[in-house]
Amino acid sequence: MFYSVLTLFVLSFIGFYLGKRKSIKLSQNIKLASLPSYYGYLAMLYILIPTLIAWFVLLVGENFVLEKYLFLILKEFLISMSGSEVQLFFIKIKNLSEGASFGNESDLELLGAQKIIQFKNLFLLLTYLVIFLVTAIALYLVNKKISPTFKSQRDVEKIVNLFIQLCSYIAILITVGIFLSLVFETINFFGYVNPLDFLFGINWNPNKAFVIDSSDVIDKDILKDAFGIIPLMTGTLLVAFLAMLVSIPLGLMSAIYLAEYAPKRIRDISKPVIEILAGIPTVVYGFFAALVVAPKIADLGEYIGLDVSSESALAAGLTMGVMIIPFVSSLSDDVIGAVPQSLRDGSYALGATKSETIIKVILPSALPGIIGSFLLAISRAIGETMIVVMAASLQANLTINPLEPTTTITTQIVTALTGDTEFDNPKTLVAFALGLTLFFATLLLNYFALRTVKKYREQYD
Amino acid sequence: MVNSIITKNLNVYYGDQQAIHNISLDFLKNKVTALIGPSGCGKSTFLRCLNRMNDVIDICRVEGNISLNGMDIYSKEIEVEHLREKIGMVFQKPNPFPKSIYDNVAYGPRIHGFTDKKEEMDLIVETSLKKAGLFEEVKDRLDDMGTSLSGGQQQRLCIARAIAIKPEVILMDEPCSALDPIATSIIEELITDLKKSYTIIIVTHSMQQAARVSDKTAFFHLGNLIEEGDTSKIFTKPDHQKTNDYITGRFG
Ligand SMILES: Nc1ncnc2c1ncn2[C@@H]1O[C@H](COP(=O)(O)OP(=O)(O)O)[C@@H](O)[C@H]1O
Ligand SMILES: [Mg+2]
Repeated sequence: MFYSVLTLFVLSFIGFYLGKRKSIKLSQNIKLASLPSYYGYLAMLYILIPTLIAWFVLLVGENFVLEKYLFLILKEFLISMSGSEVQLFFIKIKNLSEGASFGNESDLELLGAQKIIQFKNLFLLLTYLVIFLVTAIALYLVNKKISPTFKSQRDVEKIVNLFIQLCSYIAILITVGIFLSLVFETINFFGYVNPLDFLFGINWNPNKAFVIDSSDVIDKDILKDAFGIIPLMTGTLLVAFLAMLVSIPLGLMSAIYLAEYAPKRIRDISKPVIEILAGIPTVVYGFFAALVVAPKIADLGEYIGLDVSSESALAAGLTMGVMIIPFVSSLSDDVIGAVPQSLRDGSYALGATKSETIIKVILPSALPGIIGSFLLAISRAIGETMIVVMAASLQANLTINPLEPTTTITTQIVTALTGDTEFDNPKTLVAFALGLTLFFATLLLNYFALRTVKKYREQYD
Repeated sequence: MVNSIITKNLNVYYGDQQAIHNISLDFLKNKVTALIGPSGCGKSTFLRCLNRMNDVIDICRVEGNISLNGMDIYSKEIEVEHLREKIGMVFQKPNPFPKSIYDNVAYGPRIHGFTDKKEEMDLIVETSLKKAGLFEEVKDRLDDMGTSLSGGQQQRLCIARAIAIKPEVILMDEPCSALDPIATSIIEELITDLKKSYTIIIVTHSMQQAARVSDKTAFFHLGNLIEEGDTSKIFTKPDHQKTNDYITGRFG
């Protein structure tokens, strides 16, 4: 495997060399349409691309062909086995062929392993054969193509262009793939639970779905009020709201200070320091919230005679607020800094003080960008998981009292997908429906955030 | 002839570099004085001393004496906001605030608390726009953004904005350099109009403009004041060779 890749690259370099040499030879008499090395690159690409594709196809197809082959030659033994027994047998002989022997293998297994080794050797040979064959064909084609008038540079550009396009399409495809898998599983989930019950239900109690596990019949009436997302929504919004209560004032004020008041030296130091807040792993915030903030809040509550749960929305929200301060401050600082100096001068020249200028000219001018930074921060707060998993509770609670425990969408996704996961059970599948809801919520927020920021940028271009 | 602004032995430094060398120059009330000279000679720096806009620049240091109506503008008793209420400024590039036309003009009066009454503010805005020769063009769209106007209109809006706080002096730093010839000639006419009520000091790199609009001209070179006097004299028979070279276009 390693050697086959090495061979590929060695061959392609040989191709480069040959292509270049030929074109240099040609150029002794006439001037070429492109630089000699472009003929080399073309030869290289002609070899590398088809061989890589062939190699990849062989690699992917190997297992499939191997199993077909084993079926064929061991038919009389396998015919009596059940599907899972065959799978087990295959795994065993594959391990055996790689040398994992326990010394208690049956003759059949030994035979199977032997066949696999034979097959693999054959297949490797085939791989090399294909690689060399493709190389030969490619060399022949390029050789025929190379002539003084042939513009190899253009072909190379085309191939590079195609390759780059392909890369971007792959990124898009993966996104679409993730989205589709969310959608399909969500549809599965809606086979158990009515979408309306999901979106408008006010009871969240997924453990009810366990009850139906024992019997095979699914009682949809029980599921009817087990998966209402409303309590999770309120919980999520409550925690996000508390977070914004911390991060908006602190973030905005520090942005104003950094952009307008701070001497350059302080600015150069503080900006990265604040940005570190966003770089701290969220799990660290999580245990900070659970072990420090939550107990302190509970103590404080007790002191002033309030009944505060040890797992409160407040603890999670406050901690999360600290985490997203840099999302607000950094972007706001940028947009405030981007307000042209000429506007400040205009205001000062009319006799405005610094704070008047900031409040009446700079902030209104930067407002769209600042709002954009808020939206990005909210979207971050809604999607944040670790802190709420550790500091808020698992108990769904339809409340807007920050002192009570709440749970959020992200927390429930984690709960649904940890422990026993069976994908034919609504308790697990609901994670995808929750994920999709979250996906849409943050997508919408990000869209509006980026749009406002962009509009703002255009204003000063 | 009454002096409005008097500067005496003015030296200005940016860090170690001296930008203005010992300039003493007086400005007559209700006259237009043009400051000319090759770029980088300190015209803007000088102008920005007159309303203390250089205060904002950390490395800038001003020495010497500037007085407005006999009052030292760099003295401790003077509040800079108050000074700028008396000395308005129009910049090289039109810089209307991203607010409505109305709010642009009302910005200064509101800050200085001229009035609480809507009708009085309306009147201030209207007269300021009229003086700046812009009212007829924008009277039906005072709520439109100031930034939606054309370049020349924007510059007149900035002039209206400066006029609205009833200054005595208006400083203009190459107010037409970003405008087309038609907008420029409108502003030049406006300047001639405005000098009835204001003392105007205008920096310009255009000799013709200086000749057209100003009563007095001062020629700067490398941070020094080379020559000053009646515009007609400076442009016909200057005392200094350098001035002559500059106005005849031999350098600059
Ligand atoms: N903010 C500043 N910091 C440092 N040097 C400056 C600054 N502004 C102007 N200068 C310098 O002061 C000199 C005069 O500049 P300026 O007054 O802008 O000239 P002008 O308006 O006549 O073209 C120039 O040499 C310029 O480089
Ligand atoms: Mg200048």
